[in-house]
Amino acid sequence: MLELTSVTKRFGGLVAVNNISASFERATINAIIGPNGAGKTTFFNLISGAMPLSDGRIVIDGCDVTGLRADQMARIGVARTFQATTLFDNATVLDNLIVGHRLRTKSNLLDVIFGTHRLRDEEAACRRKAREALDFVGLAHVEARLAGDISQEERKRVAFALALATDPALLLLDEPAGGVNPEETAGLADLIRKMKSSGLTICLIEHKMDMIMNLADKILVLNYGEKIAEGTPAEVRANPAVIEAYLGSEHAHA
Amino acid sequence: MNAKLGWSALLVLGLAFPFMAGNDYHLTVMSTAYIYAIATVGLNLITGYTGQFNLAHSGFMAVGAYTVGILTVDYQMPFWLAFALSGVVAAGIGFFVGLVSLRLKTHFFSIFTMCVGYIMFLLIEKWDSLTHGTGGIVGIPAPESIFGLDFSEPRTQYYLVLLFLALSMWIMHRIVNSLLGRTFVAIRNGDDLAQALGINLMRNKLLAFMLSVFFAGLAGGLYAGYVRFLGPDLARVEHTFDMTMYMLVGGIGTMAGPLLGAIGMPWVTQQLQFLQDYRFVVFGPLLVALVIFLPHGIVGTWMARQKRKAAQQQATTQATPPVRLATNKGARRA
Repeated sequence: MLELTSVTKRFGGLVAVNNISASFERATINAIIGPNGAGKTTFFNLISGAMPLSDGRIVIDGCDVTGLRADQMARIGVARTFQATTLFDNATVLDNLIVGHRLRTKSNLLDVIFGTHRLRDEEAACRRKAREALDFVGLAHVEARLAGDISQEERKRVAFALALATDPALLLLDEPAGGVNPEETAGLADLIRKMKSSGLTICLIEHKMDMIMNLADKILVLNYGEKIAEGTPAEVRANPAVIEAYLGSEHAHA
Repeated sequence: MNAKLGWSALLVLGLAFPFMAGNDYHLTVMSTAYIYAIATVGLNLITGYTGQFNLAHSGFMAVGAYTVGILTVDYQMPFWLAFALSGVVAAGIGFFVGLVSLRLKTHFFSIFTMCVGYIMFLLIEKWDSLTHGTGGIVGIPAPESIFGLDFSEPRTQYYLVLLFLALSMWIMHRIVNSLLGRTFVAIRNGDDLAQALGINLMRNKLLAFMLSVFFAGLAGGLYAGYVRFLGPDLARVEHTFDMTMYMLVGGIGTMAGPLLGAIGMPWVTQQLQFLQDYRFVVFGPLLVALVIFLPHGIVGTWMARQKRKAAQQQATTQATPPVRLATNKGARRA
């Protein structure tokens, strides 16, 4: 569903992402791995429209979406999470999620001033969507808690819920299991599988190899902004370039 | 419905004030405070709710005031017609200022708008043929009477200003609690996340900016009809700093905070008048202490505490059945 052709990003003389082509199938989990500074987050920023491409093409479901802004990409159905999610800590979790469905609503200033039916219906729809998303990530019981009071793992799940509330088809997760313990990591991996089985296409950046190797259908390995390998976990694990660049010598002997 | 009760009590107090006030001077202080409250509530929309700290706000208040002044004195336009234009003209100029300045973020935006505010002040001061320059505009007519209400009389003036303050609060309440208000708060929380949620940053920031300066223009229009004399000093950045102080003391990004700050602070400064030039020696440290210990202002701190209490109550009523938690965990594994 997502097709990248020679995607490139240059910052002055530095090539952060160099000539990467890849395609991701619908309802699959795709991992992007690589050492620190390999260009993974920049790669995400390009797909999500947060940064303009220097070169290349992005096609989603046969539509050329190259050069669209992040908010336009979100409307098309590309949602993303960030390494750190900034929530409004003084509001409840549910209140934080309601705005997630805003992009599917049409109410404007006049609706607000005159208090129209459309506004009321859409606000109800946003609230419903927020609950649905919260339920999906298994946090229905924290909806009334303040966002500042929930745990790190719950914050990660709320970030997922916020992305899900936008009705995405493609979900980009930037280190979804960063900073949570191994048991919680397993829980998050289950949640990501659940998203896949609901039909979402998922791309994720992650450093936790155990999680990736169990989870991903396909792995893309970046190093110094270039794609050095691509394939199933087994293929990538056996790839000598990857072992040398990233996984380290102990894996090579294993 | 605690909030409704509080707002009604405030309104009743506002309505009853002229009967409690000792003299016309108190009415004047209060009416002026209300006018600045309208502008402050507007500033709170862009600064408190949308997170873009605009320092040109008093410039836009002056634009509204001079719209009324110039149109009524030089073009003999009736006050009400000119007044209707005051907010529109401010928002119109706000469109162009916003279009340029909102390309900047955080303190760059603030510094830029401070410069814009100063340019607005200079334009008003130097453009003699349009604004009468340093001499100011004298002899602005009082609002024409409606239903036999004479708006040159302090008490009717007070109620007129109160009416517009109440209207402003009501509209602001609508905006802030709607999807639109949530959109603004999402931008305050972070540009990147807001944009990833499909929010068009420029369009929404510009809308918040124009709405914000619309209230400033309206406040300026009321000011012109109330004071009936205008000088360029109205546009000075010090007035924006005053309004910012009202917001900080009351609680930035809350509905009641800026309002109470704008109404309360003039009275506090009045009370410190006896210290003369030394009052800032007292006042300054007080303000610093407040910002350090109550960064969310008086109303903001109080509201955060209320919300925490409510959230804890919810949590204790919901957390008791362990069975429910177990099923949730089960759902995650599924």
